[in-house]
Amino acid sequence: MATPVLRVENIVKRFVTGSASITAVDHVSFTVAQGEVLAIIGPSGCGKSTLFNVIGGLAGSDEGRVIVEGRTLSGPDPAIGMVFQEESTFPWRTVADNVAFPLEVAGVARTERLKRVHHYLELVGLKGFEQHHPAQLSGGMRQRVAIARTLAFGPKVLLMDEPFAALDEQTRLLLGDKVLQIQQALAQTTLLITHSIAEAVQLSDRVLVMTYRPGRVKRIVDIKLPRPRTAEIIGSKDFGLYVAEIWNDLRDEASLGMKDAEAKLPQAE
Amino acid sequence: MSGRPLAEAKWLPATLGLGGLASALALAELLIRLDWVSRFIVPLPSEVLVSFERIIVEEDVLSRFLATAGEALAAAFLVTLIGVALGVFLHRHRLLRSACESWVAGLAAAPLVLLYPLFLVIFGRNALTIVMIGFVSGLPPAILKTVEGLSGTRKVLLDVGRSFSLSPAQLFWKIQFPSALPVIFVGVRLGLMFSLINIVGVEFLINFGGLGQIVNELAERYDLAGMYAAICFVILVSVCFFFASERLERWLLRAS
Repeated sequence: MATPVLRVENIVKRFVTGSASITAVDHVSFTVAQGEVLAIIGPSGCGKSTLFNVIGGLAGSDEGRVIVEGRTLSGPDPAIGMVFQEESTFPWRTVADNVAFPLEVAGVARTERLKRVHHYLELVGLKGFEQHHPAQLSGGMRQRVAIARTLAFGPKVLLMDEPFAALDEQTRLLLGDKVLQIQQALAQTTLLITHSIAEAVQLSDRVLVMTYRPGRVKRIVDIKLPRPRTAEIIGSKDFGLYVAEIWNDLRDEASLGMKDAEAKLPQAE
Repeated sequence: MSGRPLAEAKWLPATLGLGGLASALALAELLIRLDWVSRFIVPLPSEVLVSFERIIVEEDVLSRFLATAGEALAAAFLVTLIGVALGVFLHRHRLLRSACESWVAGLAAAPLVLLYPLFLVIFGRNALTIVMIGFVSGLPPAILKTVEGLSGTRKVLLDVGRSFSLSPAQLFWKIQFPSALPVIFVGVRLGLMFSLINIVGVEFLINFGGLGQIVNELAERYDLAGMYAAICFVILVSVCFFFASERLERWLLRAS
């Protein structure tokens, strides 16, 4: 196996509410190799987004550490680029200015900035939309702007938290295709957090299945589907087998989550 | 058929607005001429139109216009600078915000113009009194809307900034402030309106300064047509400030 770019070691995250302490993430460890796509999947409430925040440095962990290329991170770091689930483009900036934002802040020279903006907008298929504002774009296009903005900063690891969650099914498939193209063109090391089994199988090399509360690593499944891939892979027999295999692992966890949610609902008299 | 539909034509809103105004004035003219509305209460719009020349030449309304615009500009500057700064300060200090927000909101609804005798005692019968009353009355909306705008910044936008390792100052100037700017400018515009109303009101009450004083004088002479023409100049000040604030907002958004 290639040298890991990202190493997540024994991450524990607890939340204290009043006198109770809830463990959201419990000793989670894994690695992601150069150019690899690892998807993390789990039922709602298993701590996926907490893990996203911890790896991205937006939240601290109670135990464990995040290492990128041998360097332990202690907060947000340019080595990790984050793409969020919610719409995150800056509405007051044009598409080009959105993508240029991290470069501006980092003090990259204007000529280099324009070059990179042009390159990444072309890569995500938004050439010709440079002077548009986010309000003039569709949800899928806005998410592509957010991806281009993160990639333009040149992160070692692209960390995405359910980036297609707010989009309709057809746009999700098309955007999945686009992400596959980008990932293959850049050999970008990617960590994708998702609750969609199909999305995880379509995009990744390995799928890490998490348990429901506390979030632990239940199993890691190798996806041995051929690359380069397109959305057409979802029609293949092997794709279906992988989806079934992962659902088999996930079903019990999802049931626990559902029972937990139902138990919290007020009962009828 | 070629060309854009009529509803998309750029000239249509302005034409409809002006057409509506002209129609309303024509209707008023008709109602007054038919004696359905007393011309001792409302002058004929045509008389108001004719009186513009008279108040410009005889009453020197342009210098009064500049005096009121200058006072409004000074008050607007203070409202923007101090109101936004106080809003930022309250937003940063949660306890102070909880302690002050409701009475700042109460102040926004208070008829502060009635405090003019106090201001006369403190500052004397001069332009400073007028500017200070304009400033105090425009302050509450600017403070409240600044707090609201800053609080309304979506968390994900701040997370994007943090993920790019922005410093707290960069987070504020590059994300939080531009994100809050549209709401802050609603507060500044409301503040400007409150200021202008109170400035003209105080000029009227203390019979000093710009357009408020001339409106007072014309009203006392029962020159209704001239008085309405002078009121049009008050509206002109408001329109100028509204457009200037829009330009400033666009410029600030481009700059951030």
